[in-house]
Amino acid sequence: MDWTALTLSLELAAWTVAILLPVSVLAGRGLALARFRGRGAVEALVMLPLVLPPTVFGFYLLLVFGRNSPVGALWQATFGHQLVFSFEGLVVASVIFNLPFAIQPAQRGFEAIPADLREAAATCGMSPLRSLWKVELPLAWPGLVTAMVLTFAHTLGEFGIVLMVGGSIPGETKTIAIAIYDRVQAFDMGAAGTMAAALVAISFSAIAVTFVLSARVGRRLA
Amino acid sequence: MTLSVALQATAPIPLDLSFQVEPGEMLALVGPSGAGKSTVLRSIAGLWRPERGRVAVAGETWLDTATGVNLPPYRRHAGVVFQSYALFPHMTAAGNVMAAMARPRRAEAARLLDLVNLHGLADRRPAELSGGQQQRVAVARALAREPRVLILDEPFSAVDRATRERLQDEILALRAHLGMPVVLVTHDLNEAQLLADRMVVIDRGRAVRFGTTAAVMADPAALRALGIRELAAMLPAVVVRHEEDGLARLDTAGGPLFLPGVEGAPGTRLRVRIMAHEVILSRARPVGLSAQNILSGVVTAVQAGEGPGVMVHLDIGGEEILARITRRAAADLGLAPGDAAHAILKAMSVARDHIARDAADRPDA
Repeated sequence: MDWTALTLSLELAAWTVAILLPVSVLAGRGLALARFRGRGAVEALVMLPLVLPPTVFGFYLLLVFGRNSPVGALWQATFGHQLVFSFEGLVVASVIFNLPFAIQPAQRGFEAIPADLREAAATCGMSPLRSLWKVELPLAWPGLVTAMVLTFAHTLGEFGIVLMVGGSIPGETKTIAIAIYDRVQAFDMGAAGTMAAALVAISFSAIAVTFVLSARVGRRLA
Repeated sequence: MTLSVALQATAPIPLDLSFQVEPGEMLALVGPSGAGKSTVLRSIAGLWRPERGRVAVAGETWLDTATGVNLPPYRRHAGVVFQSYALFPHMTAAGNVMAAMARPRRAEAARLLDLVNLHGLADRRPAELSGGQQQRVAVARALAREPRVLILDEPFSAVDRATRERLQDEILALRAHLGMPVVLVTHDLNEAQLLADRMVVIDRGRAVRFGTTAAVMADPAALRALGIRELAAMLPAVVVRHEEDGLARLDTAGGPLFLPGVEGAPGTRLRVRIMAHEVILSRARPVGLSAQNILSGVVTAVQAGEGPGVMVHLDIGGEEILARITRRAAADLGLAPGDAAHAILKAMSVARDHIARDAADRPDA
């Protein structure tokens, strides 16, 4: 069992969830409510990581994050080390490729709130922020929890993009999925099996938690 | 605290009307569906912005497109009871009421829930309440806002008839406590006549008639779009006793009235809606007739309309009732203002839900 790789993966997933939670609230709510030209294009763009092969996606991220690109150069100038092959680079890549997993369920959650409830909140004197906090989030949260669980589980398992952007630097970018591949390459099936089973257990409990939570909410609102 | 509204718009529906509602007065906005009633209501609450318009309450301007004033809904003190009630499903009844308070106070929420007869249900969620109870929570929540205007959007359309009658009685009783202008949106003219002091009839975005409920409900031209058979007068009556055959004897200014399905102890003051097309007129007091209700009065006006009907206004002891008869019948009888006439009414022609308690007579009012 590669504890360093497991810890790294959990840290990566935690950071990704922490960054994507506010993003999914804002973007999911925006896409659910706003009616603007190009809304379909934005939705399609958000969905793109779902259909692109991870290696293709990783390849382009590698180009954009690289020292020769403006983004990579700016990062290097600001933080003193390059974005590719670093933990920060992995976090940024992970946030981007999890956008559809985070935003889609959040959007569905906000779309499920009847429009008259938002109007009622406004006529009750709630400002948009207060309405979000008191009415919309409590009603949309099953969608948000689903979004975050999917993001978390998906981050733990991502392989192609991590390998392209991060390489396999132990303690920095070698996640559990890469460690499993590594062990299999070394014919260490025992270690690979332990880690694979750990991933199954973590993913399964994450999904189980969402199901229990949303069932509870469903009962309450029925 | 007068509410004054003036709205103009071309889309999504054409709108061009203005009206005022005085404090403590209930104004009914009536009209066929798609006429623009809800748009007017949403403009007052700030949920929709007309191209041009002005909404002001008690000297406070909520909307004035000429000067660019447009307060968001949460800064307008309008209490709204939505047609669907729109209760927050994750909050209890008390939670819903407190959600509309600037500083939530449980005691105040309990007081408001008592006011709408929901004592003991404060901790139920909307899903655990009946339709009528949900409507009461919605009313309590609208009042918790301490509104300068109370807006009721088809508030009785989602409940069964028996519940509707009870809720209407409650709203009438509640009105005695309310000092603010009340706007009721409805397509049900019976409801409007039972509850409102004045009416605006809207058709295709225009106010085709604005006046007292009695005047509007006597005007065939005003009700053309809504159904001329809705023309009716409200007759005050007092319960005298309940007879053994199931009829109640009521006293009116024009004589006794025997009606079925009347509730209330002797002495209860009622208002009875008499449909103009159900009234038969006779010059001589008729004998040998199955109809038991004969009210004597004097013709005050005979209004001819465009069609074959005329509207006869009858003064019976200071109260007015209406009879819609054919032009031919009016000519045969030679009816003219000043003539004595008898109005004949079948007991069975007065529906249960056309009888309302007089708000001033409620013991708890």
